[in-house]
Amino acid sequence: MTTTSGSTPEMRHHLDDPGTDQPGGLVGEVARMSAEERAEHEAEVADVVAPDRDIEVEVGETLLEMRDVTLSFGGLVALDSVSFSIRRGEILGLIGPNGAGKTTCFNAMTGVYRPSSGDVLLEGRPLGRLKKSQITRRGIARTFQNIRLFGEMTALENVVVGTDARHRTGVLGALLRLPRHHREEREGVERAMALLEFVGIADRAADKAKNLPYGYQRRLEIARALATEPKLLCLDEPAAGFNPAEKEELMGLIREIRDDGYTVLLIDHDMKLVMGVTDRLVVLEFGKKIADGRPAEVREDPSVIAAYLGVPDDDVA
Amino acid sequence: MIGNLPTVLAQGGVDWISFDIGRLVDQFWYNTVNGLAYGSIYSLVAVGYTLVYGVLKLINFAHSEVFIVGAFGAYFTFQFLGYESGGIAQAPLVETIVNLILALAVAMICSGLVALTLERVAYRPLRRKKAPRLVFLITAVGASFAIQQAIMLWRNPNPELAIQLIAPRPLFEVFGVSVTNIQLTVFLAALVLLLIADSFINRTRLGRGIRAVAQDPDTATLMGVNKERVIMLTFIIGGLLAGAAALFYIMQIPQGVVYNGGFLLGIKAFTAAVLGGIGNLRGALLGGFLLGVFENYGQSLLGGQWRDVVAFVVLIVILMFRPTGILGESLGKARV
Repeated sequence: MTTTSGSTPEMRHHLDDPGTDQPGGLVGEVARMSAEERAEHEAEVADVVAPDRDIEVEVGETLLEMRDVTLSFGGLVALDSVSFSIRRGEILGLIGPNGAGKTTCFNAMTGVYRPSSGDVLLEGRPLGRLKKSQITRRGIARTFQNIRLFGEMTALENVVVGTDARHRTGVLGALLRLPRHHREEREGVERAMALLEFVGIADRAADKAKNLPYGYQRRLEIARALATEPKLLCLDEPAAGFNPAEKEELMGLIREIRDDGYTVLLIDHDMKLVMGVTDRLVVLEFGKKIADGRPAEVREDPSVIAAYLGVPDDDVA
Repeated sequence: MIGNLPTVLAQGGVDWISFDIGRLVDQFWYNTVNGLAYGSIYSLVAVGYTLVYGVLKLINFAHSEVFIVGAFGAYFTFQFLGYESGGIAQAPLVETIVNLILALAVAMICSGLVALTLERVAYRPLRRKKAPRLVFLITAVGASFAIQQAIMLWRNPNPELAIQLIAPRPLFEVFGVSVTNIQLTVFLAALVLLLIADSFINRTRLGRGIRAVAQDPDTATLMGVNKERVIMLTFIIGGLLAGAAALFYIMQIPQGVVYNGGFLLGIKAFTAAVLGGIGNLRGALLGGFLLGVFENYGQSLLGGQWRDVVAFVVLIVILMFRPTGILGESLGKARV
């Protein structure tokens, strides 16, 4: 790994061997920068993180639509004719008590389950029978409630796997080491590194994912999902197990992601977090949508109070 | 133990087992050189087992037939090029090298095609139907027998007359042991192929895809990895390397190719993969070389008839102390 003076924040970096523990290259270079260089570098990072930031024109248009989606497993109806839409550029919160069907909703959007009836439309086109990997390439990415990283890979590699969704070099290109293969590899690593910086864990880029602290693993999942260049980023309880300070930081990060031009769908139990960060809320209970609106409105909705806070009906009335 | 004093347990006049430490010491370097040359074949074949296991959690018992088809491919290429069966050819060096490369290409393509066909015809339909893992295993065993018997019916059960393109000739000495031209060629060629495979798996997008699927197939597909393509790719890589191993095999052994010649070698390569830690590419490389060397040491120590036994005893002993194999962590994970 190069250890030059660090005067140019050149993004020259190679995938470290899985066994390498020392963060070198870019990580080291960033650490040695002056404040001015750092600011410049951060601007570069931002460019790489959100290559399609100029989407303001389309803000507010429907990005994803759930149209009468029903999903049943045998006799159990997990989603019952659920309809809502996600608009470009917003942070939509999906809330509801345990077992309300929030994660099932995610699974229906990402192709893990196929709706028994109804459609999921991304940019007006139904996802239909697309494979999971194809849906990812169409622009939906997600994180997981129970962290699912590639534990034996480094943090950087985990993110590079995400960037690979956008690469085109085939088997032959990789074997023959064609120029495009090299360029894509380099770009992938640069982008992955920028994303790690963006979520704030670049200092541990060369560590195996399984050895990272819990909070880093959660952030790594977000970086990996962003790496696939999603139009819609689905975060499944990203704050689970966080303390209040960490939750505050995470809210900041989610807002930044939105400001960078992404659309975010957020599931979480923590009402403070959800109320504080989302633009709009959809509330599910027993697989049905019971409310949809701005956080302030939803908070006042009696049925939501009853369902979500578990307050007996007579208390509400 | 007392050195140089053979302890012989005689049974009906035939040595059943000897315990000759002197011979082990005397032949140590000879066995090391020999073992590394042989081990490179195990390593190449073991990669096929380990990659497929990593991605599908399937022990592809038909991989031994992927190997033997490559051996036949190389053999018939030799025949096609006009080499006489049963003799040692005396062609000029350049011509020999060109012909060897041709045979290498044919062997790799043959094995690669068999591996790919196997995946398409035998395993993919089962995956579509979400068959339990045991069904895959039985299918693998069945496919192995089917290919083996088909070759037997085609060629009859007798070995083909061997063709040797190069006569073994000592090149130089290390530690007083001569290294032959064949051993050196095989070892170096295998090493180059293994390094290419390793860098492909560790440093390219498709290799990353393979590793991601091996660790968590569902998450990998949700990150945009095409699982079916990854599976196809692992079979092809395994097949190509097995084909290369097949050529090196017929260069190195004096006896000719035979329909069931892949069986024992396949089992040993699988052993090598488990020894190194199945699912782990570098484990397969290490396991192959170790197995090659150990079985030669064992042969010196206990007598030639114990060679195959030693391979498996080594496996059992190592697994008693490291159930995941030498470099293995993946197997332990896979069991969870």
